[in-house]
Amino acid sequence: MKICAQKKGNILYIRLVGELDEHNAALARKEADRLADENAQIERAVFDLSEVSFMDSTGIGFLIGRYKKFHRYGVPVSVTNPSVATDRILCMSGIYTLMSKI
Amino acid sequence: MTNYMKLELAAISENEGFARSAVAAFALTLNPSLTELSDIKTAVSEAVTNCVVHAYKGGENACVIIECRAEKTEAGGILHIAIADRGCGIEDVDKALTPFFTTLSDEERSGMGFTIMQTFMHEFSVESAKGKGTTVRMCKKIGMPETEKERLNA
Repeated sequence: MKICAQKKGNILYIRLVGELDEHNAALARKEADRLADENAQIERAVFDLSEVSFMDSTGIGFLIGRYKKFHRYGVPVSVTNPSVATDRILCMSGIYTLMSKI
Repeated sequence: MTNYMKLELAAISENEGFARSAVAAFALTLNPSLTELSDIKTAVSEAVTNCVVHAYKGGENACVIIECRAEKTEAGGILHIAIADRGCGIEDVDKALTPFFTTLSDEERSGMGFTIMQTFMHEFSVESAKGKGTTVRMCKKIGMPETEKERLNA
Protein backbone atom coordinates (compact mmCIF):
# COMPACT_ATOMS: atom_id res chain seq x y z
CA MET A 1 0.00 0.00 0.00
CA LYS A 2 1.31 3.41 -1.00
CA ILE A 3 0.00 6.86 -0.17
CA CYS A 4 0.59 9.84 -2.44
CA ALA A 5 -0.40 13.36 -1.43
CA GLN A 6 -0.93 16.30 -3.72
CA LYS A 7 -2.22 19.78 -2.98
CA LYS A 8 -4.34 21.52 -5.59
CA GLY A 9 -5.09 25.00 -4.39
CA ASN A 10 -6.48 24.63 -0.92
CA ILE A 11 -7.55 21.01 -1.33
CA LEU A 12 -5.38 18.08 -0.25
CA TYR A 13 -5.72 14.96 -2.42
CA ILE A 14 -4.63 11.72 -0.75
CA ARG A 15 -4.29 8.90 -3.26
CA LEU A 16 -4.27 5.36 -1.90
CA VAL A 17 -2.51 2.82 -4.11
CA GLY A 18 -2.80 -0.94 -3.57
CA GLU A 19 -4.85 -3.26 -1.37
CA LEU A 20 -6.46 -1.75 1.71
CA ASP A 21 -6.83 -4.61 4.18
CA GLU A 22 -6.10 -5.10 7.87
CA HIS A 23 -2.42 -5.76 7.19
CA ASN A 24 -1.86 -2.61 5.14
CA ALA A 25 -4.13 -0.30 7.14
CA ALA A 26 -1.62 0.43 9.94
CA LEU A 27 0.85 2.05 7.58
CA ALA A 28 -1.84 3.93 5.66
CA ARG A 29 -3.26 5.20 8.95
CA LYS A 30 0.11 6.52 10.14
CA GLU A 31 0.86 8.24 6.85
CA ALA A 32 -2.61 9.80 6.48
CA ASP A 33 -2.54 11.08 10.06
CA ARG A 34 0.85 12.67 9.46
CA LEU A 35 -0.64 14.43 6.41
CA ALA A 36 -3.57 15.60 8.54
CA ASP A 37 -1.23 17.08 11.17
CA GLU A 38 0.88 18.83 8.53
CA ASN A 39 -2.10 20.23 6.62
CA ALA A 40 -4.41 21.57 9.30
CA GLN A 41 -5.01 24.76 7.29
CA ILE A 42 -6.47 23.16 4.18
CA GLU A 43 -10.07 23.59 3.11
CA ARG A 44 -10.84 19.93 2.38
CA ALA A 45 -9.16 16.51 2.24
CA VAL A 46 -10.11 14.18 -0.61
CA PHE A 47 -9.27 10.48 -0.53
CA ASP A 48 -8.76 9.32 -4.10
CA LEU A 49 -9.62 5.60 -4.21
CA SER A 50 -9.14 5.09 -7.96
CA GLU A 51 -6.06 2.91 -7.43
CA VAL A 52 -7.37 0.83 -4.54
CA SER A 53 -7.36 -2.61 -6.14
CA PHE A 54 -8.97 -4.31 -3.13
CA MET A 55 -10.75 -3.13 0.00
CA ASP A 56 -12.62 -4.94 2.76
CA SER A 57 -14.36 -3.61 5.89
CA THR A 58 -10.99 -2.44 7.20
CA GLY A 59 -11.37 0.42 4.71
CA ILE A 60 -14.55 1.58 6.44
CA GLY A 61 -12.76 1.79 9.80
CA PHE A 62 -9.81 3.50 8.13
CA LEU A 63 -11.94 6.21 6.50
CA ILE A 64 -14.04 6.85 9.62
CA GLY A 65 -10.83 7.16 11.64
CA ARG A 66 -9.39 9.69 9.18
CA TYR A 67 -12.70 11.57 9.12
CA LYS A 68 -12.38 11.99 12.90
CA LYS A 69 -8.74 13.03 12.64
CA PHE A 70 -9.39 15.75 10.03
CA HIS A 71 -12.57 16.77 11.83
CA ARG A 72 -10.47 17.82 14.84
CA TYR A 73 -8.84 20.44 12.59
CA GLY A 74 -12.22 21.42 11.20
CA VAL A 75 -11.33 19.93 7.80
CA PRO A 76 -14.13 18.14 5.91
CA VAL A 77 -13.32 14.89 4.11
CA SER A 78 -14.54 13.52 0.77
CA VAL A 79 -13.84 10.40 -1.24
CA THR A 80 -13.53 10.15 -4.99
CA ASN A 81 -13.29 7.45 -7.69
CA PRO A 82 -14.07 4.28 -5.72
CA SER A 83 -14.30 1.11 -7.85
CA VAL A 84 -17.72 -0.56 -8.12
CA ALA A 85 -16.69 -3.13 -5.47
CA THR A 86 -15.31 -0.50 -3.09
CA ASP A 87 -18.36 1.68 -3.61
CA ARG A 88 -20.67 -1.21 -2.66
CA ILE A 89 -18.89 -1.67 0.68
CA LEU A 90 -18.87 2.07 1.40
CA CYS A 91 -22.59 2.34 0.56
CA MET A 92 -23.41 -0.56 2.90
CA SER A 93 -21.59 1.15 5.75
CA GLY A 94 -23.51 4.41 5.38
CA ILE A 95 -20.21 6.30 5.36
CA TYR A 96 -21.43 8.72 2.69
CA THR A 97 -23.50 10.47 5.35
CA LEU A 98 -20.18 11.52 6.95
CA MET A 99 -18.19 12.24 3.82
CA SER A 100 -19.40 13.17 0.37
CA LYS A 101 -18.48 11.28 -2.78
CA ILE A 102 -17.24 13.76 -5.35
CA MET B 1 -17.34 -33.47 -10.47
CA THR B 2 -16.13 -31.84 -7.28
CA ASN B 3 -12.74 -30.21 -6.93
CA TYR B 4 -11.23 -29.70 -3.48
CA MET B 5 -8.47 -27.84 -1.67
CA LYS B 6 -7.31 -27.40 1.91
CA LEU B 7 -4.95 -24.70 3.10
CA GLU B 8 -3.53 -24.22 6.57
CA LEU B 9 -1.62 -21.04 7.29
CA ALA B 10 -0.35 -18.95 10.18
CA ALA B 11 -2.99 -16.55 11.52
CA ILE B 12 -0.94 -13.43 10.83
CA SER B 13 -1.98 -10.35 8.89
CA GLU B 14 0.69 -10.89 6.20
CA ASN B 15 -1.32 -13.92 5.07
CA GLU B 16 -4.63 -12.10 4.51
CA GLY B 17 -3.74 -11.19 0.92
CA PHE B 18 -2.38 -14.65 0.17
CA ALA B 19 -5.49 -16.36 1.59
CA ARG B 20 -8.00 -14.39 -0.50
CA SER B 21 -5.86 -14.70 -3.65
CA ALA B 22 -5.51 -18.48 -3.16
CA VAL B 23 -9.27 -18.97 -2.83
CA ALA B 24 -9.86 -16.70 -5.84
CA ALA B 25 -7.38 -18.73 -7.90
CA PHE B 26 -9.14 -21.95 -6.88
CA ALA B 27 -12.52 -20.43 -7.80
CA LEU B 28 -11.29 -19.75 -11.36
CA THR B 29 -12.05 -23.37 -12.30
CA LEU B 30 -15.75 -22.40 -12.07
CA ASN B 31 -15.24 -19.51 -14.50
CA PRO B 32 -16.65 -16.73 -12.28
CA SER B 33 -17.33 -13.16 -13.41
CA LEU B 34 -15.11 -10.37 -12.07
CA THR B 35 -17.88 -9.30 -9.68
CA GLU B 36 -18.29 -12.84 -8.34
CA LEU B 37 -14.54 -13.12 -7.88
CA SER B 38 -14.40 -9.80 -6.08
CA ASP B 39 -17.26 -10.87 -3.76
CA ILE B 40 -15.41 -14.09 -2.90
CA LYS B 41 -12.13 -12.28 -2.19
CA THR B 42 -13.83 -9.76 0.06
CA ALA B 43 -15.75 -12.40 2.05
CA VAL B 44 -12.62 -14.53 2.51
CA SER B 45 -10.63 -11.49 3.56
CA GLU B 46 -13.24 -10.67 6.23
CA ALA B 47 -13.25 -14.21 7.63
CA VAL B 48 -9.45 -14.54 7.68
CA THR B 49 -9.07 -11.07 9.25
CA ASN B 50 -11.43 -12.19 12.03
CA CYS B 51 -9.15 -15.19 12.71
CA VAL B 52 -6.09 -12.93 12.79
CA VAL B 53 -7.60 -10.13 14.88
CA HIS B 54 -10.02 -11.88 17.24
CA ALA B 55 -9.39 -15.64 17.50
CA TYR B 56 -5.94 -15.75 19.08
CA LYS B 57 -4.71 -13.40 21.75
CA GLY B 58 -1.08 -13.68 20.74
CA GLY B 59 -0.94 -17.40 21.58
CA GLU B 60 1.35 -20.00 19.98
CA ASN B 61 0.34 -22.08 16.95
CA ALA B 62 -2.22 -19.58 15.72
CA CYS B 63 -3.50 -20.94 12.43
CA VAL B 64 -6.30 -20.55 9.91
CA ILE B 65 -7.65 -23.55 8.04
CA ILE B 66 -9.37 -22.90 4.73
CA GLU B 67 -11.24 -25.62 2.88
CA CYS B 68 -12.91 -25.14 -0.49
CA ARG B 69 -15.02 -27.32 -2.72
CA ALA B 70 -15.88 -26.38 -6.26
CA GLU B 71 -19.00 -28.06 -7.49
CA LYS B 72 -19.78 -27.80 -11.20
CA THR B 73 -23.43 -27.41 -12.10
CA GLU B 74 -25.30 -26.85 -15.37
CA ALA B 75 -25.51 -23.11 -14.77
CA GLY B 76 -21.88 -22.75 -13.68
CA GLY B 77 -21.00 -23.92 -10.24
CA ILE B 78 -21.09 -23.55 -6.50
CA LEU B 79 -18.06 -22.66 -4.43
CA HIS B 80 -18.21 -23.92 -0.84
CA ILE B 81 -15.77 -22.30 1.59
CA ALA B 82 -15.08 -23.15 5.24
CA ILE B 83 -12.70 -20.93 7.22
CA ALA B 84 -11.81 -22.20 10.68
CA ASP B 85 -9.58 -21.29 13.60
CA ARG B 86 -8.75 -23.05 16.86
CA GLY B 87 -8.94 -19.85 18.87
CA CYS B 88 -11.00 -18.44 21.72
CA GLY B 89 -14.43 -18.78 20.11
CA ILE B 90 -17.20 -16.17 19.98
CA GLU B 91 -19.06 -15.49 23.21
CA ASP B 92 -22.34 -14.45 21.61
CA VAL B 93 -22.66 -15.27 17.90
CA ASP B 94 -25.99 -13.44 17.42
CA LYS B 95 -24.48 -10.28 18.84
CA ALA B 96 -21.34 -10.67 16.70
CA LEU B 97 -23.55 -10.85 13.58
CA THR B 98 -25.22 -7.52 14.37
CA PRO B 99 -24.08 -4.86 11.87
CA PHE B 100 -21.57 -2.39 13.40
CA PHE B 101 -21.07 -4.51 16.54
CA THR B 102 -17.41 -4.83 17.48
CA THR B 103 -15.55 -5.89 20.61
CA LEU B 104 -12.63 -3.65 19.58
CA SER B 105 -14.28 -0.27 19.09
CA ASP B 106 -11.15 1.68 20.05
CA GLU B 107 -9.16 0.05 17.23
CA GLU B 108 -11.10 1.55 14.31
CA ARG B 109 -12.90 -1.73 13.61
CA SER B 110 -16.06 -1.19 11.63
CA GLY B 111 -18.04 -4.19 12.91
CA MET B 112 -19.15 -4.90 9.33
CA GLY B 113 -17.17 -8.07 8.60
CA PHE B 114 -19.96 -10.62 9.10
CA THR B 115 -22.50 -8.33 7.40
CA ILE B 116 -20.28 -8.16 4.32
CA MET B 117 -19.84 -11.96 4.25
CA GLN B 118 -23.62 -12.40 4.50
CA THR B 119 -24.30 -9.84 1.76
CA PHE B 120 -21.67 -11.01 -0.72
CA MET B 121 -22.25 -14.77 -0.42
CA HIS B 122 -25.37 -16.87 -1.03
CA GLU B 123 -25.19 -19.03 2.07
CA PHE B 124 -23.52 -18.24 5.35
CA SER B 125 -23.29 -19.80 8.82
CA VAL B 126 -21.08 -19.53 11.90
CA GLU B 127 -20.33 -22.28 14.36
CA SER B 128 -18.36 -21.35 17.45
CA ALA B 129 -17.41 -23.00 20.73
CA LYS B 130 -15.78 -21.08 23.54
CA GLY B 131 -12.13 -22.03 23.90
CA LYS B 132 -12.25 -24.34 20.87
CA GLY B 133 -12.61 -22.09 17.88
CA THR B 134 -14.87 -20.79 15.17
CA THR B 135 -15.82 -22.04 11.72
CA VAL B 136 -17.44 -19.83 9.09
CA ARG B 137 -19.13 -21.63 6.19
CA MET B 138 -20.08 -19.76 3.06
CA CYS B 139 -21.16 -20.64 -0.39
CA LYS B 140 -21.25 -18.71 -3.63
CA LYS B 141 -23.24 -19.66 -6.67
CA ILE B 142 -21.26 -18.95 -9.83
CA GLY B 143 -22.83 -18.15 -13.20
CA MET B 144 -26.35 -17.49 -12.00
CA PRO B 145 -28.62 -15.99 -14.68
CA GLU B 146 -29.20 -12.25 -14.21
CA THR B 147 -32.91 -12.76 -13.46
CA GLU B 148 -32.06 -15.06 -10.58
CA LYS B 149 -29.63 -12.49 -9.15
CA GLU B 150 -32.27 -9.78 -9.34
CA ARG B 151 -34.78 -12.01 -7.58
CA LEU B 152 -32.29 -12.57 -4.74
CA ASN B 153 -31.50 -8.87 -4.43
CA ALA B 154 -35.17 -7.87 -4.42
